[in-house]
Amino acid sequence: MTVASGAAPPDAVASVAPPPPRIAIRGLDFFYGATQALRGITLDLPDRQVTGMIGPSGCGKSTLLRVLNRMYDLYPGQRATGEVLLDGQNIIGPEIDAIALRARIGMVFQKPTPFPMSIHENIAFGVRLHEKLSKSAMDERVEQALTRAALWGEVKDRLGASALGLSGGQQQRLVIARTIAIHPEVILFDEPTSALDPISTVKIEELIEELKSEFTIALVTHNMQQAARIADQVAFFYLGELVEAAPAAQMFTAPREKRTQDYITGRFG
Amino acid sequence: MASESPHALRSFDQELDRLRDLLAEMGGAVEAEVAGAAQAILEHDTAAAARVVEQDKQVDALEREIEQFVIRTLALRQPVAGDLRRVVGALKITGDLERIGDYAANVAKRAVVLAQLPQVFSLAGIGHMARLVQENLKTVIDAVGESDTEKAVRVWRSDLAIDDIYNGLFRELITYMMEDPRNITPCTHLLFIAKNLERIGDHATNVAETLYYAVTGETLTDARPKGDTSAYAVVRPREQD
Repeated sequence: MTVASGAAPPDAVASVAPPPPRIAIRGLDFFYGATQALRGITLDLPDRQVTGMIGPSGCGKSTLLRVLNRMYDLYPGQRATGEVLLDGQNIIGPEIDAIALRARIGMVFQKPTPFPMSIHENIAFGVRLHEKLSKSAMDERVEQALTRAALWGEVKDRLGASALGLSGGQQQRLVIARTIAIHPEVILFDEPTSALDPISTVKIEELIEELKSEFTIALVTHNMQQAARIADQVAFFYLGELVEAAPAAQMFTAPREKRTQDYITGRFG
Repeated sequence: MASESPHALRSFDQELDRLRDLLAEMGGAVEAEVAGAAQAILEHDTAAAARVVEQDKQVDALEREIEQFVIRTLALRQPVAGDLRRVVGALKITGDLERIGDYAANVAKRAVVLAQLPQVFSLAGIGHMARLVQENLKTVIDAVGESDTEKAVRVWRSDLAIDDIYNGLFRELITYMMEDPRNITPCTHLLFIAKNLERIGDHATNVAETLYYAVTGETLTDARPKGDTSAYAVVRPREQD
């Protein structure tokens, strides 16, 4: 089934119309060599909303994130067909500069990936790849990003210390700070809390809720309660297909598809 | 949903089965209460009335047990989708069944008083109403046990007939009271009995609505035909200017 942004009826009230999609995925197929991993995916990522992506391992949800910032470019034999429109521009087309694209679409992974450098440098490093800033402007950018990632208060007195000394939850917030420091439009989270304890998890979830006022967010998670808590829209993937996408409340009270119901109620296995 | 596959975690299925069994047990007890109450009035059977009052304690205890079970399931299993609707539905249904039990007990208590009063008129109307209510109640309790939405919809639609009989009874009893003031006491008790039976019918339709949502995820949207017009039987409220 497809979940496109159906045209609103002409007399629809403006306030109930969904926000326009920041990313529109249309008929996307993806192949690892001869193996097809995604089949005809059509899905909107609405602007400034969290789209949760759920499904069993190997269902294609992480593959979809990798397509959204062209990570598959790094591997020979992997290819995508169809369209992924970011503000109307097809980002899987050949003329797209993948490096520039990744500044617009940031990604945060399951395990925190701080660089073996100081906390300050972890953020400044990424900014420097895309912009030339004076020292004071850079310091301001670092503080802004750390504040936005709810980490500033904990690290402001030790910006020169190694990032590897931070706890797992702090490292993950540092990575988020590094991502937002280069002012992306979209942030992709690939199971951002699966390696974290419950308190750190709550902090990241709260952060994601705050970040959505500014960014469009896609969140892959194995934790259904997490999707229920913070996603506006939830998409369920199975065997490379998008089975169903719906507002979170509908998804977890009355999903339309039996496969969705079976998965979220724990009837697979 | 009868065709549902089992949960990967089998113990959850066992808990949901247990919840269904508890509801069936409570439904059966409530059915017996209503049947006993009807017998108590129609046959002036005060022993049956006493049994109903006694049985209502068991129904109340079952309600508490189901409530606890639901709260525990919500806390420990965090059900979603169809499971969530089923568990929350059980909580609502147990509340409706408990109310039905209360109405039946009230009917039984009035039957005891009624048995001591002179009876100069027929109880056929009340008997007819009681039969319809019992039929609806049985159907809806079967529907809960079988997750049968067709039966639920049938009950939901047929409540109108019960309301019609109630309206007829209301007029009939008022006529008896106007004929002879000595009828006022028994007729007032009968009015309350009829009203209680009518309320039992309403709660049976509530159960039907809850079951329909639990099974399908959709609500029975169109407004249910409401037939109790007894409030206007004597004096019609004046139209607003």
